[in-house]
Amino acid sequence: MLLIHCPYCDETLPEAEFAYAGEAHVSRAAVPSEVTDEVWRDFLFYRSNVRGPHYERWRHVYGCGRFFNAVRDTVSDRFLTTYEAGAPKPALTDLEGQK
Amino acid sequence: MSYRIPGRGRVDHADPVRFTFDGKSLKGLRGDTLASALLANGIHLVGRSFKYHRPRGIVTAGSDDPNALVETSRDSGRFEPNTRATVQELRSGLAAESQNRFPTLEYDVGEVNNLLAPLFSAGFYYKTFMWPRNFWDKVYEPVIRRAAGLGRAPTEVDPDHYASRYAHVDVLVAGAGPAGIAAALAAARSGASVMLVDENSEIGGSLLSEPGVEIGGTPAWDWLADAAAELEALGVQVLPRTIAMGYYHQNMVGLCQRVTDHLDTVPANAPRERMWRVRAARVVLAQGAQEKPLVFDGNDRPGVMLAGAAQTFLNRFGVRVCDRGVVVTSHDSAYHAAFDLADAGAVIAAIVDTRSEIRDDLRSEARARGIEVLASHTVTGTKGRLRIKSVRVNPVASGRVLSPRTLFCDALLMSGGWTPALHLFSHTKGGLAWDAEAQTFLPDRKTENCEIAGAGRGLWGIGAALADGAKAGAEAAGALGREATTPEFDVTTDRAGTGRAHEELPTDRNPSRVRAFVDFQNDVTAKDIRLAVREGMRSIEHVKRYTTTGMATDQGKLSNINGLMIAADALGKTPPEVGLTTFRPPYTPTTFGAFAGYHRGAHFEVTRKTPIDPWAEAHGAVFEPVAQWRRARYFPQGEEDMDAAVERECRATRASVGIFDASTLGKIEVTGPDAVEFMNRVYTNPWTKLAPGKLRYGVLLGDDGYVRDDGVIGRISEHQFHVTTTTGGAARVLNTMEDYLQTEWPDLDVWLTSTTEQWAVVALNGPNARKVLEPLVEGLDISNAAFPMMSVADCTVAGLPARLFRLSFTGELGYEINVPARHGLALWEALMTAGAPHGITPYGTESMHLLRAEKGFIIVGQDTDGTVSPQDAGLGWALGSKKADFIGMRGLQRPDLVAKGRKQLVGLLTEDGAVKLEEGAQITAERDAPLPRAMIGHVTSSYRSPALGRSIAMALVKDGHDRMGEIVYIPMENEVIAARIASANFYDPDGGRAKA
Ligand SMILES: [Zn+2]
Repeated sequence: MLLIHCPYCDETLPEAEFAYAGEAHVSRAAVPSEVTDEVWRDFLFYRSNVRGPHYERWRHVYGCGRFFNAVRDTVSDRFLTTYEAGAPKPALTDLEGQK
Repeated sequence: MSYRIPGRGRVDHADPVRFTFDGKSLKGLRGDTLASALLANGIHLVGRSFKYHRPRGIVTAGSDDPNALVETSRDSGRFEPNTRATVQELRSGLAAESQNRFPTLEYDVGEVNNLLAPLFSAGFYYKTFMWPRNFWDKVYEPVIRRAAGLGRAPTEVDPDHYASRYAHVDVLVAGAGPAGIAAALAAARSGASVMLVDENSEIGGSLLSEPGVEIGGTPAWDWLADAAAELEALGVQVLPRTIAMGYYHQNMVGLCQRVTDHLDTVPANAPRERMWRVRAARVVLAQGAQEKPLVFDGNDRPGVMLAGAAQTFLNRFGVRVCDRGVVVTSHDSAYHAAFDLADAGAVIAAIVDTRSEIRDDLRSEARARGIEVLASHTVTGTKGRLRIKSVRVNPVASGRVLSPRTLFCDALLMSGGWTPALHLFSHTKGGLAWDAEAQTFLPDRKTENCEIAGAGRGLWGIGAALADGAKAGAEAAGALGREATTPEFDVTTDRAGTGRAHEELPTDRNPSRVRAFVDFQNDVTAKDIRLAVREGMRSIEHVKRYTTTGMATDQGKLSNINGLMIAADALGKTPPEVGLTTFRPPYTPTTFGAFAGYHRGAHFEVTRKTPIDPWAEAHGAVFEPVAQWRRARYFPQGEEDMDAAVERECRATRASVGIFDASTLGKIEVTGPDAVEFMNRVYTNPWTKLAPGKLRYGVLLGDDGYVRDDGVIGRISEHQFHVTTTTGGAARVLNTMEDYLQTEWPDLDVWLTSTTEQWAVVALNGPNARKVLEPLVEGLDISNAAFPMMSVADCTVAGLPARLFRLSFTGELGYEINVPARHGLALWEALMTAGAPHGITPYGTESMHLLRAEKGFIIVGQDTDGTVSPQDAGLGWALGSKKADFIGMRGLQRPDLVAKGRKQLVGLLTEDGAVKLEEGAQITAERDAPLPRAMIGHVTSSYRSPALGRSIAMALVKDGHDRMGEIVYIPMENEVIAARIASANFYDPDGGRAKA
């Protein structure tokens, strides 16, 4: 069972308190009616499916209830960092040391 | 005849224990395992093999044994197949039965498989059972099912219970041999909290089999007693009978502790096993090494045993496994087994060594005992039907196998060297490195905060294990910032040694007649592995699946390295180039009970009950699970079956008044200055103009445009909405709302609160609903004019604070009365009393479904399936198309959603109204078109309608809205049913009754 750091609670807690919520930084168009079918298709269905560090969302569902972002290595299943929703996407180069 | 040596071993010679094996009453001693007790009675033959039904004996003295699997029972409910006789401690009255044999272990008809062995070569599953196709159902599957599996499954409910517990420690030490004990001592002396676990009934590991070793001048077993006392004094939590069965992320280790299996009687309320989930700051893996068999013809005959196991049975259990043994080895360690057995009175006919160079001290010790040492020899066969009688050995010179000689014996003790137990390390995805000199994989790159010590990293001997364990324990404590010193141990009479690894041993016999087993449990031979390579398998993972080697319940603990050596040889590659298969948890077979823990029976899942549930139960309701709720399905009277009860409930509701517990509806309170804007963005409908005090049916989509949920929503005030959701969708809808609110529209000032459990909801439906309700209401005029359809208001009902909805999910005049949950039962009873003069009738979910189907109201998840748009479902009117955006609005413009040919929800009326369709049945446009016939849809809901006096159905049909009046066909097993497409609004289509 993973231990996950909730950036809102600032506590590292068992995975059972959290729910995975898909890839992070998939932005929904501000005015969806103005985007092309291709843009909307990509928003709905296209995901990076990376082998390695993956930007993804989690929800501290049995805790504070907040959605937050994380970088998790899909090979080692290790969290490189977690950060608040809306915070800028951290560069991988800043995270390599934590792998 | 007894093979017990009086006074020897750690068993209690003064405490005999009676048990049975295949019905025969036998005697063992307290402290025995079932295996040692059987061997003490001269019994080696304990089972038949899985595929060939070959007679098999005890091979090891530990949990890695591939053969000694028996059925054990304590009483009729406590029956377990595949108990490992080498692990099961003897208890009074233990009943053990051999497996995979009929009618008896000695005469087994399945043994015919052994003669048919050429048919069962590698990959036979893939080759044999493919064709002809129609043989699968009638021939292959029944045969495979009967033959597959080891032992019989229990038939009764397990009467035991299983516990689970969490623990947090500084240092967890897995394995309590010399390395583990030294690690625990070193860490605990520094003040760290330490847990030390071992799968055996007592700590000691290899020390239990090596009583001749002295540590600091103290005999091994006295040192062990001192160490146990110090561990206790230091507060170390020592858990014997506990297998570290899985090593999970971030140093969580799963432990399975056997609590009662060794006890003569089970104490009341004691769990049989306890699953521990331990989170350790540091882990020390000290699981030692496992001895490998050698691979030669007939190496699976009963009486062929690992040399180290024979040594353990002798020194720990006081059992001499033979009168006359032969040792075959490629490792020094087997010499000590031979010496100990010879010293205990057994004749050792010879030590057959595959190596040419043998240490002088071993040669001279053998000579001193009169044991012949045959260097540069091979074993080429064994004889004996149910127990080995002789072994055929040949000298090997310059790669040539010379003439054989026969050695008579009643046991053959083999050693192919030792494999570090890397299973838990592998669970962590730790990297392994091939040690070319030791010809084994050793732990290399670590992924977790762990140390691996002793034989687990290829160190051999008690002294080396103690020193390495002490170092690992001190390092673990040091890593936690503690001052730890590394204790030193002076070991004398240590018996360290070296050896070499082999593929199958060389032979002078026709290779096609050789049966040299690699994997005993799955009956895989060296020949099978070479055949797999010839047939194109290149990776060890392919070889494994093609031959099934290493895929039995022992996960190839004995066989993996031997299989790899042979595959590598066949491929002309080095072992690391071929690779090792992945070990996965659990380390040893673990009961479902231990994993389930407390989560069984009524505790398997939460059962949510409404405040009105006790009334339903008292009045004979039949319940059904809906999501996690238990809901009253119908209320049978007298001898009524479901159809009769449902018909009566529906007729009474349409004729007068029915009462229904709707408390399970999901409820979400949406409040805040931006509540209306939030609602506009989440639901398809327009909300701005909905006045406070009014209700609206809301539809929720996903951003892909498909219907996700629906429900009636009330505007309570300018900034407050009372949202209802489907019973099963409540948590999902709240999650979706939170997701968009937190991450897409964090600027909106809105609060979301689940209120599902805060409200009890009672639905009253029927032409007399107002007559029943009106006298109970205070503070609100509920006349049709003052409180019309789709109104909501707070008031008092039966003296209880209430929120009253006027709506209809039945097509009749209807109300939903919400009261605080604690008043739910009082409200229900007040309405039952008030409704008595009108024959008020409680109805359940089945009638609710039927009544709504007569009106064509959808149930999300039954009439929709996640690929249905609101237009498909006939809900296009609910779209606020003038809005700038709502979830799914853009999705509805996707090319595939606006294209022709979509499946649309329609009503279906069978041509013969007495025929009811089956839900899920497929629909075709033509009655008799050639096969395969295009399916144009399926039935989603189907009922016998009391109101219409005929069957009705709803269906998703391709372009269904344009097919009104057309006939479609529903092919069933014995007939084709014709049905006409119609509006699903079957009953009171103008809706006058609900508005009355
Ligand atoms: Zn949190």
